[in-house]
Amino acid sequence: MSNEFLLSAIIFLPTVGALVLSIMDGGAEKALRKIGYFTTAATFALTLVLLAEFDSSVSGMQMEVKAEWIKNWNVNYQLGVDGISLTLVLLTGLVCFLAMLASDSIKKDIKGYLILFLLLETGMLGVFLSLDFFLFYVFWEVMLLPMYFLIGIWGGPRREYAAMKFFLYTLVGSVLMLIALLMFYFGSATTTSPGSFDLLHLARIGQGKVPGLVFSETLQMTAFVLLFIGFAIKVPVVPFHTWLPDAHVEAPTPISMILAGVLLKMGGYGILRIAFPICPQGAQWASYVLVFLGVLSIIYGAFAAMAQTDFKRLVAYSSVSHMGYVLLGIAVWKLSEGKTVGAEYWKMGMNGAMFQMLAHGISSAGMFFMVGVIYDRVHHRDVNKFGGLMGLMPLYGGLAVGIFFAGLGLPGLCGFIGEVFTVLSAWNYHPIMAIISASGVILTAGYILWTIQRVFLGPEYKGPHPEAITPILPREAFIGFVLLGFAILLGVYPESMFGLMRESINQLVNDLVKVDMSSLAGVNTLLKR
Amino acid sequence: MPFSSLVDSLMQDTLGVSLPLFATELAICATIVLLLLFRLLNLDQRIPGAVLALAGSIAGLGLAVMQHLQYSQEADLVGQSVEIFTGLLIYDQFTIYLRIFLMLFLVLVVYLTMLGGIPDREDAPDFYVLLLGSTLGMLLMASANHLLIVFLAIEMTSVPSYAMVGFLKGRRQSSEAALKYVVYGAGAAGVMLYGISLLSGLLGTANLPELAQALTALGGADSALDQPSLWTLSLAILMVLVGVAFKLSIVPFHFWCPDAFEGASAEVAGYLSVASKGAAFALLVRFCLAMTGSAVPAGDLQTVFVHLGFGIGIIAAISATFGNLAAYTQTNIKRMLAYSTIAHAGYMLMAVAALLVILGSPDAPDGGAQRTEHAIRAVSGLLYYLVVYLFMNLGAFAIVAIIRNQTFSEQIEDYSGLVRQSPALAVCMLACMFSLIGMPPLGGFVSKVMVFASVFKSTEYYWPMWFILSAGVLNTVFSLIYYVNVLNYMFFKPPREHLEPVNVPLASAYGRYALLVTLPVFLLGVMVNRIDDVAYSASASLKSFSVPVVANHDNADPPRQSVRSTPAIPAPVEAATPVSGG
Repeated sequence: MSNEFLLSAIIFLPTVGALVLSIMDGGAEKALRKIGYFTTAATFALTLVLLAEFDSSVSGMQMEVKAEWIKNWNVNYQLGVDGISLTLVLLTGLVCFLAMLASDSIKKDIKGYLILFLLLETGMLGVFLSLDFFLFYVFWEVMLLPMYFLIGIWGGPRREYAAMKFFLYTLVGSVLMLIALLMFYFGSATTTSPGSFDLLHLARIGQGKVPGLVFSETLQMTAFVLLFIGFAIKVPVVPFHTWLPDAHVEAPTPISMILAGVLLKMGGYGILRIAFPICPQGAQWASYVLVFLGVLSIIYGAFAAMAQTDFKRLVAYSSVSHMGYVLLGIAVWKLSEGKTVGAEYWKMGMNGAMFQMLAHGISSAGMFFMVGVIYDRVHHRDVNKFGGLMGLMPLYGGLAVGIFFAGLGLPGLCGFIGEVFTVLSAWNYHPIMAIISASGVILTAGYILWTIQRVFLGPEYKGPHPEAITPILPREAFIGFVLLGFAILLGVYPESMFGLMRESINQLVNDLVKVDMSSLAGVNTLLKR
Repeated sequence: MPFSSLVDSLMQDTLGVSLPLFATELAICATIVLLLLFRLLNLDQRIPGAVLALAGSIAGLGLAVMQHLQYSQEADLVGQSVEIFTGLLIYDQFTIYLRIFLMLFLVLVVYLTMLGGIPDREDAPDFYVLLLGSTLGMLLMASANHLLIVFLAIEMTSVPSYAMVGFLKGRRQSSEAALKYVVYGAGAAGVMLYGISLLSGLLGTANLPELAQALTALGGADSALDQPSLWTLSLAILMVLVGVAFKLSIVPFHFWCPDAFEGASAEVAGYLSVASKGAAFALLVRFCLAMTGSAVPAGDLQTVFVHLGFGIGIIAAISATFGNLAAYTQTNIKRMLAYSTIAHAGYMLMAVAALLVILGSPDAPDGGAQRTEHAIRAVSGLLYYLVVYLFMNLGAFAIVAIIRNQTFSEQIEDYSGLVRQSPALAVCMLACMFSLIGMPPLGGFVSKVMVFASVFKSTEYYWPMWFILSAGVLNTVFSLIYYVNVLNYMFFKPPREHLEPVNVPLASAYGRYALLVTLPVFLLGVMVNRIDDVAYSASASLKSFSVPVVANHDNADPPRQSVRSTPAIPAPVEAATPVSGG
């Protein structure tokens, strides 16, 4: 398969699957599921082909595709992949495949479910692969519709409320992003050429590399704030996070896996791909706030998780806490008198943040899956009404504890690397921030160990339906083994991921460091005065 | 000049030039006459009125499309405009665009009424005469070039609409709605007529292209705002706008809209919400451009236009906000769609506000080099919005009509569980609702981005337009809840037991119709280029954009030149081809 075609194939293969499903008979449940398995597996296989074709020594975009879409507005169908997007595409392919395997518990309207599931996958892959802001925005929104229905139809008792809340929050973020999109578009227009939506071109303008075209500081600051709020809602960063626990609690298990495993990463990706490269001055100007919000998310998420009795809510808040490290790692851009201090540390933070996204994608998907497995059996999620599961379901207990340890950040498992890198890099930015964020690790250990104690350990199971506790099924065990396997692989051999994304991330940092910040120093002193 | 030559030139103007260009309207007129004749001779028992009306409107559509093709085939015609009927009407690509828009809509509505059988066989000729007559008025609105025609066209549109709203004779609600509509309409028409008389009295002409010239002479650079004539002028403009705002159902002239929609049948409500909007926006754009003229006005006159633009923007923002907020509590779907119509009129009006600000503002970026280009973009965004709005709103109303025919209910809660009964209808409704919210990849998104982009551009001319932009963007979020509420019922709730199940498979006539109307909503969001190009050249053909300064022509000379096509300066052709293009 030619490389030009590969990226489009990855994005639209799930759509093709959805189209095939839509003309099939809704009653043929087995056949429908088979199409679902096959499509997600094939998509994952294609992402592996992409991995094989990918040259990790190149820092820039690879396999770029560019075709005219809306010519009067200079909108292009433009795709490309670099180290940052490749790893997330791989993660999406894997998590979607596993979530599809985990979808056997969904019995209602399976046809509609599978169609929406596959459309959702198209939306997510499109977001990670598009290089045109307009196209990015379209995919970003396309993903909303299936998600809304997946939560709203197949969710728990308060599903309509949760679905609407999710939709509203994301739409608020989207419209803010839309304003930023228009600002960039008109800001990049010259007398001879219309504006552009090309993210790479916009980044060059933002970094002052295009002669005669600049995004002024005011524009960069405004646009950065708009973009950041849009992405922060998705991450989610603390004041914007309240949709997440509701959405997670109400969503069915496989959708929770996707939500935590992939959707949250879109926020972090947006910050890395759009907000920082196009608005470096805005990003630098806001870096204090970003670091603060990152640390706040870590601590707040951990405390909130500790207070939960609903197992799923607990895991949801742990996501808030873990994604805080991502923001922290991205934001530690220390500037002194217009010069970047310790760019190496920032690179470490950025790499750590990206790694944390992947690790969290594995561990949180795993945690939600493990909650789902027990919920399918006993139909409750009250942490205080479990206990003794290790004895009743030994294999399940072992897998679950392994994955929870990965979330905890135990050395040797995936969660550790990202946390350590980001916390270390934060020291260069501000020691106090580093100390507070490091203490988050202890809080995480606190709530996870306490959860393990209440759920898996203890002499006996205390909740309802003890008779329903049956050993884990082979299908479920397979999903658990795959996730735990990746958690261990990433933990003992992080280079597997760092090797893919290092060049692209370091290039991004190098580009940003070179941006002239002298004028910004003036603004900062003006603000401080 | 002897009298005979006067008559000769008039004949030449009417028969040689005007009538062929007036073909669409003539087709409609002929259909109306035929409908009445057939009824008189009892032929309507053999050939139903609906078939005749459909044939007539398809003929009209075909003629309009032929006129469009003529323009697109002959490059030297592009950007040219012809004043017909001694300058009462104007014929340009903008006219043709709206003709196709209105005729296409008429065909779809007539077909919908045929399927639904809303006028029974007995009443069909009456109903279609009203429908076609009203559309004829709209066609005139779209090509009006004279204040007299402006008033006549609006009245011609309104009077049949009143009757159509009250057409369900047995229903009290229907009669009440019609009465309210008449009272409001008469009031608005009166105010508008007074405005027109003030305006033409003040400026000495009622011909739209001459208004700007007269205005410049009156206003001039040395005039001051405290001049009484300028005050009267502003008042006159506002009064004319009241009449247009009534047709657009803009706040505060919207009170008739929810009642009329609720009382009328869904088909008529859909007709009123889309067609009258298209025609009224065309008229509004022509009127605004006539007032601002092609040259940037000077002095206090300039401030008048910027303030007028901003004022229209505020009204637009209020309309959008009010419409969206009031739609929340509605339980009847037609009332909800009525408020949604008000909100969408607000969004579209923002484009007109942006247009006025862009044309009027003294502080233009880049010294105003791209002023015309930006103004054309504002109009073409509006035109694109209209086309998308046609399909998404007609789609919603058509589905309401289809469901009404099955369950006899128009309550939102009675849509519960529709997806289990008629998945095709539910999915079509979903597409329409999401397009109305403005979600990609549907047409509603693209059109909204176009309008917001124009408003964004206008902030560079006049910064308070930021408020309008924020209001527009925020309203997109507000509108989410009530549109999605309908989907909540359709997709999340179980069907209600006491109602007949809605059984409309995709393979039925209804199902195909729903698909036919909904599919373009999706296509307009994905394949933008074609329609955008046409909308762009239609906007660029507007006289103020293609002529730098109003050409010399003698006001006192009564027999005006019959064909006053624009001078063949190189600008129009260039302006008509989109500048970007990769």
